[in-house]
Amino acid sequence: MTDSALLPPVLPVAAVTVEAVAFGALALVAVSCALLSALAPRIVHAAFGLLGTFLGVAGLYALLGADFLALAQVVVYVGGILVLLVFGVLLTARARPRLGRESRPAVLVPSLVGGLVFAGLLAATLGTGWRTAPPGEPRPTTADLGRALLDPSRQLVAFELASVLLLAALVGAAYLVRRRRDR
Amino acid sequence: MSIPLEAYLAVGALLFAIGIAAVLSRRNAVAVLIGVELILNAANLNLVAFDRYRGGIAGQTFALIVLAIAAAEAAVALAIVLNVFDTHDEIDVDEVDALKG
Repeated sequence: MTDSALLPPVLPVAAVTVEAVAFGALALVAVSCALLSALAPRIVHAAFGLLGTFLGVAGLYALLGADFLALAQVVVYVGGILVLLVFGVLLTARARPRLGRESRPAVLVPSLVGGLVFAGLLAATLGTGWRTAPPGEPRPTTADLGRALLDPSRQLVAFELASVLLLAALVGAAYLVRRRRDR
Repeated sequence: MSIPLEAYLAVGALLFAIGIAAVLSRRNAVAVLIGVELILNAANLNLVAFDRYRGGIAGQTFALIVLAIAAAEAAVALAIVLNVFDTHDEIDVDEVDALKG
């Protein structure tokens, strides 16, 4: 306490500003790209909007001190899921001329529902007195994550269930897209 | 740490609402999946933010598990979409109504 009181006040202010600017920029990227991916008439553009959202959210993870999760987000979402989605777009783009450029859907009801959901969530967020602990210095989280995931008294069960789920998804996806002999 | 927890929760809520609107408004099945990914990302952002402001690591482990589930969901959902496209020549979710009573 005494040490920080002795420091010139300009240092914490500068750190605060940098963090606030980084948060604002990352949140702006994430939200505007999410809007693009929700509204773009072409599905490929929507997929690229999703890329920006994934990267923005990964940056927010990094800002929250979740270094391993930020990298996992980039590897799994950008490297895996997004590539899968683009494959889906490209493989389904040939059937009818309007596919890949979908007919303009009803916008009023979905945006109304989305706005209501956002208003409700925001009201609940601001109306709740969150008992937050002042966050400490960010530390590397990889070792802690590994211990938590393999500790039987913590998240080992969820970890093993996720492994089984991934195996089931692998088998199921391979079964669904296999080439049938009878056609 | 100057940014309040509520700021992260507001970003998460915004992403969630945009995802809901995308799922409701889109008719291309792949675009609906894009909306689902937005929703999952919003939930994950909340988990990590709570983790940071409460101490501990449980939120991050669950965010990792959500990540794994999202990968499995995307793989299976795309397999289903491709299968429907194969059999019906159609990925508009309003047109695939063969099971409608």
